[in-house]
Amino acid sequence: MSDDSKKSQSGAQSGAQSEAQSEAHKPEPSYLTAQRGLMSWVVTIDHKRIGLMYLTATLFFFLIAGLLAITLRTELFTGQQDFMSAATYNKVFTLHGAIMVFLFIIPSVPAAMGNFVLPLMLGAKDVAFPKLNLLSFYIYCIAAVMLILTLVLGSLDTGWTFYTPYSKTTGTAVIMATMGAFVAGFSSILTGINFVVTTHKMRAPGMTWNRMPLMVWALYATALIQVMATPVLAITLFLLVIERTLSIGIFDPAMGGDPVLYQHFFWFYSHPAVYIMILPGFGIISELITVHSRKHIFGYRAIAMSSVAIAVISFVVWGHHMFVSGQSELAGIVFSFLTFVVAVPTAIKVFSWVATLYGGSIRYTTPMWYALVFLWTFTIGGLTGVYLGTLSIDVHLHDTYFVVAHFHYVMVGGTVVAFLGGLFHWWPKMFGRMYNETLGRISALLVFIGFNTTFMTQFFLGHQGMPRRYYAYLPEYEAMHQVSTIGSWILAVGLFLVLFTLIHAIKYGERASSNPWNAVSLEWHTASPPIEHNFHTTPTVTGSPYDFPEIDKTGKH
Amino acid sequence: MSTKASEHEDRPWFLAHHFDTVGQQVSSAKLGMWLFACTEVLMFSGLFLAYFIIRQLYPEMVLTASEELNKTAGGFNTIVLLTSSFTMALGVRAAQTNNNKALQRNLLITIGCAIAFMIVKYFEYTAKIEHGLLPGEYYSALEHGYMLPKYSRVFYGVYFTMTGLHGVHVLVGIGVLSWIYIRARRREFSSENYVAVENVGIYWHIVDLVWIFLFPLLYLVK
Repeated sequence: MSDDSKKSQSGAQSGAQSEAQSEAHKPEPSYLTAQRGLMSWVVTIDHKRIGLMYLTATLFFFLIAGLLAITLRTELFTGQQDFMSAATYNKVFTLHGAIMVFLFIIPSVPAAMGNFVLPLMLGAKDVAFPKLNLLSFYIYCIAAVMLILTLVLGSLDTGWTFYTPYSKTTGTAVIMATMGAFVAGFSSILTGINFVVTTHKMRAPGMTWNRMPLMVWALYATALIQVMATPVLAITLFLLVIERTLSIGIFDPAMGGDPVLYQHFFWFYSHPAVYIMILPGFGIISELITVHSRKHIFGYRAIAMSSVAIAVISFVVWGHHMFVSGQSELAGIVFSFLTFVVAVPTAIKVFSWVATLYGGSIRYTTPMWYALVFLWTFTIGGLTGVYLGTLSIDVHLHDTYFVVAHFHYVMVGGTVVAFLGGLFHWWPKMFGRMYNETLGRISALLVFIGFNTTFMTQFFLGHQGMPRRYYAYLPEYEAMHQVSTIGSWILAVGLFLVLFTLIHAIKYGERASSNPWNAVSLEWHTASPPIEHNFHTTPTVTGSPYDFPEIDKTGKH
Repeated sequence: MSTKASEHEDRPWFLAHHFDTVGQQVSSAKLGMWLFACTEVLMFSGLFLAYFIIRQLYPEMVLTASEELNKTAGGFNTIVLLTSSFTMALGVRAAQTNNNKALQRNLLITIGCAIAFMIVKYFEYTAKIEHGLLPGEYYSALEHGYMLPKYSRVFYGVYFTMTGLHGVHVLVGIGVLSWIYIRARRREFSSENYVAVENVGIYWHIVDLVWIFLFPLLYLVK
């Protein structure tokens, strides 16, 4: 693979480095210190600052929704009602899901991390539309306020999917919540448009499509899905709001409408949205694996193209959420088959990562630990997805804990683990400080143990018939529920340790060099933290972003 | 090899700091606008899908209920919007050829057409409201002497949603066209710098395009 990118090796992407350093006689202030005062942050159009603001906001909502999750798990410690009523439990799991999906996972990697690294990786001064970027952040803030307002307005108990006809009849604040998700969608669309245009138009001289870092490919594929799928969610939620206010009857069987139509609409967006959540995670892992094993990525083009293939196929698999909704048998068979198809490009990625590790000089840094955790947990999440996509099996497992365990393995074991690995990987670039490696590794271990204890048991619970979304359960499930709850506490400790390690690094960490990992891609060829306009001179790219000089480059190891 | 952005004197005033050339800025703006146009089409396509499903479920009802819509008003509005699309295109051409006077004139006609469209729409809506041909629970056609088939309310729900969302887009169009008109009066545009005019033009054509599909599907079912 990637043969052409290996032809030019000596220069690789480091041509810019020497040049940048020779010109940087006088140290230029970093983007963090170039301008001071609150206003310089509030009205900034610098993609790095916007990225950090996104990061702060998404991490805040991760904390909130995570605490809600711990509350849920604690209630489930015993089979009886402990401290939450059934209604409260419904509201808490709905908020947990809605905040995690719309305010954390969807914007976390693309909008927070992507905003920071995309222009740097492309060798650009900024994204294509910096003001639109800031607007997108404020739209996200408005959406966040609206979702929080639902708490005041009587909360929400529909689950994050807002299924009709229940979402039409429930007395809770469905309108405010759906409008919040609607507005969050606009933020997502604007970021998506911005990233697609940035990738097309802002690449540094010499940065051909086949020389882009795989993170950029992943962000590009994600942005395409955001642009193409989110408008359909917007119209779906808009129709739901109208349904509730004017009861136009499109989704209401009593008025002559079709409630299953809502499910089709919703999953037409929300299945691709699953890939909005995981694809950037793939991009991060591609970077972590290759940089920390000091070896050229195996199958560059296969990984790049599989991102795009996933983006395309993700639009035609939504029916696998609806096997028991009464859709035609033929549709069920076709959707089941297409679900198997989407596993192919995903497997290509996993095999390529493992092949990259093979024969590499693996450095067991914290990012690498997270990447290895990802390979474990994501593979389990992915394979159980194929299992669930099998028509005959899904009929039995639908709406059980098996489904809950599956998507947490993908979303937490996949996206969140990749996100954490990426945070450790790019933290020195963001703040110019190194984190404590020992604490980082312990956090990875705690996350791994805690996560698997929490969710592995839920596969068994689901297989034995434990339905999802119940606050109480039969006594025979109690033992495994308790294991799962204890696991969630371990996971929480691990995540708090991550928070501590990262904040500790900002305050007390050693100063990071411009390229602490000896990586090749462009973001490592400017100062840490970067200067306000990213590069002193526009860099010129002459080779692959993964040509590590000190390592065997033949790939035939 | 590297294009350093040090030649600040050579940079035209409208070139943003993060672009190297005007060509890069223009092509970025255009690509962004086309992507936005795609999202608009996708958003409306959801509504069109809902329309077709309702029509497939109740073909007779859609036929009968659509007879109550005012074909003359709809047809007039179609002509108005097509005219405005034409003047918009002339406006973009005027900007490209440095003809600022023609640009301002064409923008004014386009805005005028958009306002005319909304006025006609207002009278259409008023008539529907007076006759109780309304969505969902507000539907009261029977009391006003209309003998329409069961579930006709769903058709009017679809009608008001689709034309309502389209109307909002026309209002936004009036806003952005006015903004471009003010900038044109300040002589901001030239054959070098007209991408904002062109992008508003793309938006306006999308609004027109959606109506071209709405009109036959809602008004001319038979």
